[in-house]
Amino acid sequence: MMRPLPHLALMIASAIALVPTLFMLVTALKSQEEYQADKTGLPDAPVLDHFRQILFDTPVFLWMANSLILVAGSVVLSLAVSCLAAYAIARMEFRGRDALFTLSTALMAVPPVVLIVPLFVLYSQIGLISTYSGAILIYAGLVAPFSVYLLVTFFRTLPQDLFDAAVLDGASHLQILIRVVLPLSLAPLLTLVIVNALFVWNDLLMAVIFLQDDAKKTVMAGIAVFQGRYNNQIPLTMAGMAVAAAPMLILYLVFQRHFVRGLMAGAVK
Amino acid sequence: MRRNSPLVPYLFVLPLAGLLTFVFGLSLVRLVGFSFKQVRGIDGPWIGLRNYELVLGQPLFWEAVRHNIQLFLVIPVMVVIALALALLLYERLPGWRIHRTILFLPYVLAIPIIAVVMKQMFQFSGPVNTVLSALSLDFLVLDWIGSADVALWTVMGLILWRETALGVILFLSRLMALDETLIEAARLDGAGWRHRAWYILIPQMRGVIEFFAVISAITMLSAVFAYVYVIGGGRGGPGTATMVIELYIFNALIRTSLPGVAAAVSVMLFLVSLILIRALFALRRREEE
Repeated sequence: MMRPLPHLALMIASAIALVPTLFMLVTALKSQEEYQADKTGLPDAPVLDHFRQILFDTPVFLWMANSLILVAGSVVLSLAVSCLAAYAIARMEFRGRDALFTLSTALMAVPPVVLIVPLFVLYSQIGLISTYSGAILIYAGLVAPFSVYLLVTFFRTLPQDLFDAAVLDGASHLQILIRVVLPLSLAPLLTLVIVNALFVWNDLLMAVIFLQDDAKKTVMAGIAVFQGRYNNQIPLTMAGMAVAAAPMLILYLVFQRHFVRGLMAGAVK
Repeated sequence: MRRNSPLVPYLFVLPLAGLLTFVFGLSLVRLVGFSFKQVRGIDGPWIGLRNYELVLGQPLFWEAVRHNIQLFLVIPVMVVIALALALLLYERLPGWRIHRTILFLPYVLAIPIIAVVMKQMFQFSGPVNTVLSALSLDFLVLDWIGSADVALWTVMGLILWRETALGVILFLSRLMALDETLIEAARLDGAGWRHRAWYILIPQMRGVIEFFAVISAITMLSAVFAYVYVIGGGRGGPGTATMVIELYIFNALIRTSLPGVAAAVSVMLFLVSLILIRALFALRRREEE
């Protein structure tokens, strides 16, 4: 059965979703003169000069290293903290358990912007502005509520027999968590790594406030400054954007299945 | 320690409680305190409601509020487009997986990156206007970024472009979780696509549609900083045409060093978002029942 209309609608939507990325890549390969003359066509003779300039003459690697440190630090910290808490909430009885879970879940919806004033004042006071550890703490805190929510929901679906058997073997709770529960939870853990890494890597608000030092700038804060400086050199700017977008784009294309699953689970955030 | 000690669960949740108290708990308490003080540096004297009076008497604050309200117009458009695209993907037409990959893409790209790219595309002498005039659509050739009358609408277009992808992701994952027998039965009864979508699929998606509308409202109110920071050149420009509440807080805190004023605006923003958070919880509870 041929139905041209739904196909056409999907084609148009996909084209609109794809055009900015294509424009970015195509323009990055044009020379400045060619872009001035032709803003929409394909490059006649692709030039890699802008990429060379971006990679060697700008601090883009430094920015990426900073972003990577923040992503790694906050993802590891939030996962460790969330796994412990989610295990207790899902599998143990204690007073205040339900209140803690409700409160933690509610924090998912608190806009990060309302936290910047007190955190900025506190960090100025105790010297945590422009430090990795300060920013990692904030990011880990911001992503923890969703991590706890997802892990608790998952841990509750694990069969009780598993736990009974481990208890008979004399395992402690920490051993059960590490040897029994976590190996069975790779799918939700991967989802959390993807969703949380995307959040931290893509964030601009916290990055411009808490990492003001040039040496500590993240990719997103870097390019926000960058585009103002090279305002008229559009192919060069696009090469910068392409380099900044590359890590997530490549991860998305390579780990598509996990990304799609992660995004679909993470969408409740 | 013995495995049945009543302290064990508390040790497990202690790091989380500590982290959340540090980032959220203490911050929210201190935020309310600051909003009643004339903060210079790290603290200052109590001045009652004067921060609030100052903010509420300032035309720029109300302009920012109006702009955030204008952003809400994007929500219904987003819902309709995302719903249509999710239903189309759900049909599993040949090549639907490729379309899904492409349609999720805007949500994977970072806002600052696409904002920089779009800002160049929509320059007055940029490629968008070149294409529009080539198509003889000269009445649409606007100064998308540089004109104070148009800039916020351009920001809205950009938000629509990216956040619709989240809607597609959410709606599609709900559709995939639906019981297929009813849909199959309808298909065998000869119900057309439109009929199935309207009478069988959409009614079952009411919850997720409302959920998306509420989280989009939270976004429009309090998560558009990165869009306007790039499009408005860091200052909500041209002039104050793209000033929003978040940028107002940012300016008061970082540029003019008035944490008390920034805190007062944050408290008001938090109170409004509490209403939305309550709505979100009510929806989730109803979904679970």
